[in-house]
Amino acid sequence: MLAAIRPGEQDFALLLHLVGATVVFGALLASSTSLLLARGDARLLRLGYFSLLVVGLPGLILMRLAGEWLYQLQHWDDVSERFGEPSWLGIGFVVADWGGLLFLLSLVLGGVGVHRLSRGKGGVGLLRATMVISLVLVLAYVVAVWAMTGKPE
Amino acid sequence: MTFEDWIFALHLLSAATLVGSLVMSWIVIVALRSVDTVVTTLGFNRVAMVGTVTTAVGLVGAIAFGIWLAILRDAFHVWDGWVIAAIVLWIVATLALWRSFVEYAKGVEQATALPAADWASPSPAVTASNRATSGLVFRAVGSLAIVLIVIDMIWKPGA
Repeated sequence: MLAAIRPGEQDFALLLHLVGATVVFGALLASSTSLLLARGDARLLRLGYFSLLVVGLPGLILMRLAGEWLYQLQHWDDVSERFGEPSWLGIGFVVADWGGLLFLLSLVLGGVGVHRLSRGKGGVGLLRATMVISLVLVLAYVVAVWAMTGKPE
Repeated sequence: MTFEDWIFALHLLSAATLVGSLVMSWIVIVALRSVDTVVTTLGFNRVAMVGTVTTAVGLVGAIAFGIWLAILRDAFHVWDGWVIAAIVLWIVATLALWRSFVEYAKGVEQATALPAADWASPSPAVTASNRATSGLVFRAVGSLAIVLIVIDMIWKPGA
């Protein structure tokens, strides 16, 4: 049904948006699980951080750019402010933008943590903070997927 | 939200869980190739097990809610060409991913067969088992099938 009402020109933008979203979701799953189950193992702690940096960050950028492209293709900026944006779109923007800021914060904290870890000066606490942020973002992405697919109004 | 909207949302949540879990499993598999001790292999295996469970949940949820949705919606039918293609690809993906999990479990079994005193020391045998290609090939086939399902779902050829 969606294919019938969605113009074909949007399909590629949607594919890129979905690829970006699932890549960042997978990286968050890998990161939070590795950090949660590391039990002090430095390699797992590093895996948790570099999953976010090397896989999650490019996925986040792709998701956000393709999402913006879809927004333009669907002419949401032409909709009168009187009607306002639908709530599912608002939830998507909150998770992508505010979640993106949280994601960057987790990268900074984790980066300092990994640096301290490699110098033998601790850093596990900072990586634990990265893990907590990753878990929060995993939940936020679940809510975003539900909102963007179910489109509650 | 209608009941049908909920089924659609659960179908896509399952699909997102499945694809996200595959991304997670690829991160672990690539990182595992440089692991040369039993202790670290077991640590990576703990993470991989979570990915295995979420992959299974995603596979079951995606097919169950997908077929339910095809029955509920008048615009779709289970016998539509693109739906049949998705079901066939889902079977290929499930079989390939299952074999891949079995192959990686064999690697862990081989690693733990080494004397416990050597578990923290680097071992060429552990490196070789972590770099075995059989599990990797099955994982690649399963992942390719899932990517084709996503493309099939978006373009819906023939719909």
